[in-house]
Amino acid sequence: MPNHHPLVCLFQDCNRESLALVGGKVSSLGELINAGVRVPPGFAVTTQGFRQFFREGGLDREVYSRLKGLTEPETQAIETACDEIRQMVEAAPISIELEDLIAEQYRRLSMHCNVPAVPVAVRSSATAEDLPGASFAGQQDTYLWVRGVDTLLTDVRRCFASLFTARAVAYRLRMGFAHEDVDLCVGVQKMANSATAGVMFTLNPANGDRSSIVINSNFGFGESVVSGEVTPDEFLVNKISLEVVRRAIPKKEIFYAVDRESHSSRRYDVPLERQSVQSILDEDIAELVRMGKAIERHYGRPMDIEWAVDGDMPTGGNVFILQARPETVWSSRQAAEKPAAKSAIEHILATVMTGKKVS
Amino acid sequence: MSNRQFPGPHDVEPIKGTEGWERMYPYQYPFTRDDPERAAYEKGMFWFYDGLHYPEPMYPFDMIWDEAWYLALSQFNTRIFSIPPVYGVDHRIINGYVYITPVAVKDPKEVEKRVGHFIERAGYYYQNWDALVDKWEVKIKATISGIENVKVDPLPELEDMSVVVEGLGESKGYKLLKAYDDIIDLGIRCWQYHFEFLNLGYAAYVTFMDYCQKQFPDIPLQSVTQMVSGIDVLMYRPDEELKNLARLAVELDMANVVCAHDSFAPAQAAMSTTNSGRKWLDALEKARYPWFNVSSGTGWYHHDRSWNDDLDLPFSSIRMYVEQLIAGQSIERPTEQVAKERDRITAEYRALLPDADAVEAYDQLLQTARTVFPYVENHLFYVEHWFHSVFWNKIREVGAIMKDHGFIADIEDVWFLKRAEIKEALWDLVTAWATGVKPRGPKVWPTEIAWRKGVMDKFRQWKPPPALGVPPDVIQEPFTVVLWGITNDSLKAWSKAREATNLTDIKQFTGFAASPGTVEGKARVCRLASEIRDLQAGEILVAPTTSPTWAPAFSKIKACVTDVGGIMCHAAIVCREYGMPAVVGTGHATSILKTGQLIRVNGTTGEITVLD
Repeated sequence: MPNHHPLVCLFQDCNRESLALVGGKVSSLGELINAGVRVPPGFAVTTQGFRQFFREGGLDREVYSRLKGLTEPETQAIETACDEIRQMVEAAPISIELEDLIAEQYRRLSMHCNVPAVPVAVRSSATAEDLPGASFAGQQDTYLWVRGVDTLLTDVRRCFASLFTARAVAYRLRMGFAHEDVDLCVGVQKMANSATAGVMFTLNPANGDRSSIVINSNFGFGESVVSGEVTPDEFLVNKISLEVVRRAIPKKEIFYAVDRESHSSRRYDVPLERQSVQSILDEDIAELVRMGKAIERHYGRPMDIEWAVDGDMPTGGNVFILQARPETVWSSRQAAEKPAAKSAIEHILATVMTGKKVS
Repeated sequence: MSNRQFPGPHDVEPIKGTEGWERMYPYQYPFTRDDPERAAYEKGMFWFYDGLHYPEPMYPFDMIWDEAWYLALSQFNTRIFSIPPVYGVDHRIINGYVYITPVAVKDPKEVEKRVGHFIERAGYYYQNWDALVDKWEVKIKATISGIENVKVDPLPELEDMSVVVEGLGESKGYKLLKAYDDIIDLGIRCWQYHFEFLNLGYAAYVTFMDYCQKQFPDIPLQSVTQMVSGIDVLMYRPDEELKNLARLAVELDMANVVCAHDSFAPAQAAMSTTNSGRKWLDALEKARYPWFNVSSGTGWYHHDRSWNDDLDLPFSSIRMYVEQLIAGQSIERPTEQVAKERDRITAEYRALLPDADAVEAYDQLLQTARTVFPYVENHLFYVEHWFHSVFWNKIREVGAIMKDHGFIADIEDVWFLKRAEIKEALWDLVTAWATGVKPRGPKVWPTEIAWRKGVMDKFRQWKPPPALGVPPDVIQEPFTVVLWGITNDSLKAWSKAREATNLTDIKQFTGFAASPGTVEGKARVCRLASEIRDLQAGEILVAPTTSPTWAPAFSKIKACVTDVGGIMCHAAIVCREYGMPAVVGTGHATSILKTGQLIRVNGTTGEITVLD
């Protein structure tokens, strides 16, 4: 990074070391990108940016003094103070310099995505949120399908303000964290306009085989797959040969897509002629498998991944990873049943004793 | 299992006009009806047709190898290495086709007792594998040179004077009997050695396979075999010799001479007129011994002639390679690529193992599998190809004498006699010669042989069911799985094919996924190795089974499908070396598919689809 304390920075410029600057969520996005994983593009308004905004015109002093002396049991007082603070924060101006940086990155993002005023998700990413036992952070505000610079700037401020919800403040008081020590960053990321989406396990959830990858997919957002509302297409892929070993293409009657009016996803019927069509291209399966392997390598364990194929972006660069978390079911089971170490001849004996099941 | 029925061993209809066929084979081979205890035993066993070795009905003489391996395999399992849960493999014959069944040890106490012996005995072999294999090579080479040196001399009107002056005290008549005994004895001995390591080798191999499948339930078997691929084995050597000769022909500017001839003799005549040509012929002559002792079939039948018997066979392959060289195509096996892919696969699976113990076991078992692999392959060249090729010709020499004495009309009729009958006939022949009277044989054997030929023709038109009796839940005999590929899936596929009234109506069927990848192409059904001459580049070879003689086919085709074989059969191994898809052990591919049909071969899943 040319500037070590930038106010705004691209996801791909972040890594593990950027945790203090961009928070856990964005720094891990950066890590993934550097590991060869494609995530929806975006940028972050850094903690540096947040601080600059917060110090501008003495906003920080006002806020902290308003919180001073409050203790956790005073719920009503906290509630009142927080309401005031949030109004203050949301109304505070962003410096011309910061505003210009955000607007520039946003326009670049729109150009990169080939979508004018590209819809983005605006999320807070606190510096302490992903640390064990401290999953509090600022109230996790997320604004979806945000379009245009003005709305974006408003939502960035609303994210900043989310550090001061009554719940977050009460939590910090209880845990003994100083309000001044918690920083916030805001991630601005292209909304994946999923033509197809779903989940991917980097092991076979049916038998725990770590040499397999299982992909579930349906048209539209991954919501229909995650919620179990459809029986998705299922692909069993050999992680080593990269071949699709088994595929099941059932009828998929519904899918989710965005309703631009309400800025939320809506259920639609899959047209009859498309119901039994494979919802993902084989090339995209290959791309997912490649990224699944990279993610697994990166985290050193089997992962459970959400992904999407973005309809806005040209093929070849539109398969995105939305989320990745460690798989837990088989990972814990495998550790439990450890076979006794045996010599080769004992293994061979066991084989001839067991024989081969025919039925 | 009840829904997967094969006919009972006693329910197979006899073929009209073959009554009495049983006398063509050892008396204990047919399924019995007059011995209730034996019949009940037969009824309780699951018999499968050994199409891997015997795509055709058995000639009475050729039964020698069946009896030889019946003895050898079984004794090593039962009496030498004490494989705990399984004795030998029992044999039967019906309408000329051999059926076999592995025999389980039923008493758990007996199994227990056998475990200790097994650990001690098999353990010794595994630990001293390489040293014992070295010893084996000495033994097998002595056996081969033994058969090469057997002299089968005609019977003289009057014995040579040397018998008198050297005080030999033995006649050519006695020597003929002894020569025949020696030939048979060497054959049986050769098969003793054949099984010395084989079952242990397969057990080690299956164990590695099992271990991988336990760790990775989805792992395709061919990935496991790929981990043991790319190891240099003798089986490729004969084919390498042909390639070398092709390269030499190009180098010596003899390519046009090779390409101008359809058979060897005229090419040889043309070559012998030039220095370069003679140089090439010398190289060919050098390659012939031992490398052209390769059978054109599996080596199991007397009619599987070797390259040395018919130089047209290797010559047409050389020509094929020369043509490819001229066209600028590569004739190399992609050895380096295969080794690289093997190492990648091995490392990737290894990296996915859960802990250090698992990695240790994996390394150990892989090492063992790689140690046993060369033997598992190399014995084929020594026994089935080299020894058998010499052996058949020695019997032909005996047959020539029988023909001279009017016992048979043609040398090739000798195969219609059991080996014990030949011995009896030789006694008849030799004693009559010694006595100066007419033997009885010439009035007995030609008639019997004519009848047997008719019976064999009827056998040939009969399709043996893939199996008889009720399949068991578990098969413990290591061979049965690895070589014949008897598993739930293969049985299912076979019985499905059996249910179809018209095999050519089947549009999709499965076999063993033996080498990964998917291709589409035109099928070329070759029932005999000689038919590979018809192969066009890019076709998919469909064969009953393949052997090293088929090797030249693999540089032309883009996939291979066989009727019989497990993932360790020849076609499977070669396809993995060439990196092309293979599906083996389909049961009926040569009956279902027709030359010219567009088919899809999925070597990853084992599916064959007829596309038109």
